[in-house]
Amino acid sequence: MIEVKDLHKSFGGTEILKGITTNFEKGKTNLIIGQSGSGKTVFLKCLLGLFNYEQGSIAYDGKVFSKLSENEKRNLRSEIGMVFQGSALFDSMTIAQNVMFPLKMFTKQSKSEMEDRVNFVLKRVNLENAHHKMPSEASGGMQKRVAIARAIVNNPKYLFCDEPNSGLDPKTSIVIDNLIQEITEEYQIITVINSHDMNSVMEIGQKIVFLKNGYKEWEGSKDTIFKTDNASVTDFVYSSNLFKKVRRMYLEENQ
Amino acid sequence: MTYLHNIGAYSLMIVNMFRKPTKWSVMKTLILKDIDDLVIGSIGIVAFISFFVGGVITIQTALNIDNPLIPKYLVGFATRQSIILEFAPTFTSIIMAGKVGSFITSSIGTMRVTEQIDALEVMGINSLNYLILPKTVALMLYPFVIAIGMFLGILGGIAAGVLGGFTSFEDYILGIQTDFTPFHVTYAFVKTFVFAFVLATMPSFYGYYMKGGALEVGKASTTSFVWTSVVIILLNYLLTQMLLS
Repeated sequence: MIEVKDLHKSFGGTEILKGITTNFEKGKTNLIIGQSGSGKTVFLKCLLGLFNYEQGSIAYDGKVFSKLSENEKRNLRSEIGMVFQGSALFDSMTIAQNVMFPLKMFTKQSKSEMEDRVNFVLKRVNLENAHHKMPSEASGGMQKRVAIARAIVNNPKYLFCDEPNSGLDPKTSIVIDNLIQEITEEYQIITVINSHDMNSVMEIGQKIVFLKNGYKEWEGSKDTIFKTDNASVTDFVYSSNLFKKVRRMYLEENQ
Repeated sequence: MTYLHNIGAYSLMIVNMFRKPTKWSVMKTLILKDIDDLVIGSIGIVAFISFFVGGVITIQTALNIDNPLIPKYLVGFATRQSIILEFAPTFTSIIMAGKVGSFITSSIGTMRVTEQIDALEVMGINSLNYLILPKTVALMLYPFVIAIGMFLGILGGIAAGVLGGFTSFEDYILGIQTDFTPFHVTYAFVKTFVFAFVLATMPSFYGYYMKGGALEVGKASTTSFVWTSVVIILLNYLLTQMLLS
């Protein structure tokens, strides 16, 4: 479990995160949602250890990140997989080399063992014939799948995804969402997704944390988000007429 | 204040570049790739420029010596001195600040913009060590490029001087042998090593710490070229003062 307690983070005197407390459980897809500027990205970067925070704590399975030595932090980071918004694949490497990269850096596996593992994860994300392509030759959806394959190749305990659906068409978005959820349940990892995409919220939001102006405004799941009467959440999630209608129908059906 | 901040940040970058070393098997591949990109890939342009600049120095020196009392072998002597002392180590390095420096800044800057550096950090990799150390090690072979430049510059001088009728082959050879001081070559290579370090690290600094998007990558490349050139010129003066005076 990842436990976040009273997290505060400021930039140049402006407080971005104002005391966030929550936790993210194993085997669940946890979504962080909120408007632009609500502090989602800063929160995710604090979780990843890319930003230092002034107050509070983040504990990964009981290990408080800020109290770890450099070596312990390095070991913990090797247990983290990350899918970046723009995929962040290494331009100079082929798709197979990108996926193999964490294995080369952190394991002592032989070349054939690494190749077997790469073949396995690329097959898992339905990219069996793309080994020798360069990232620039792959579509947006393919790049996201390669990023997921790279993130899971080293059997991470924690998977973080920043806007995994940005720039993807609705059909590909659903494929990516389902893939992330399947992988989370299959490997029992803790997945934290930063998202704007309301389809993702409704599809895979087993736990949802809603941020507003740096505060945790609400938390629940894809089921409870339909029933909530929190005005900020309903304003944000049901801002489109389509979602308002879906919510009305859901509430009528479940009365 | 910005200058002081940059000097501090640059110094910290150099220190952190040696921390948390990348696995040797990976580092070896990176060094070899950077030798290919930065050193071997620069031989062509350095050879071309050195050969023709050597020719031009010879022609200009010959045309400016019209006093019959000045011996003809001075053309070869002046060409050798200009090329070994100044052109090959310093001016080639400024050309390299444009070629290699812009390449380093733009490639690292693009990695910053596209979150590839964040990806390395999240994985627990020291991105400074992974990205900058191999370039610094690779550019320690840069003096070999300069040696080729020296040789071709002098060769260009022979070609232009003899074929153009500005000097005879015998006079030129006598000139390049006259008053030869081996320490001048040592001085040139000491400068080249220092410039190689600057050529690897300053453009990396501007690429690594850049903020923004594609436009800022372009701006960072330009800034990097300007400051790398300024630092090379200043170090050239300081090293000359220290080693030759």
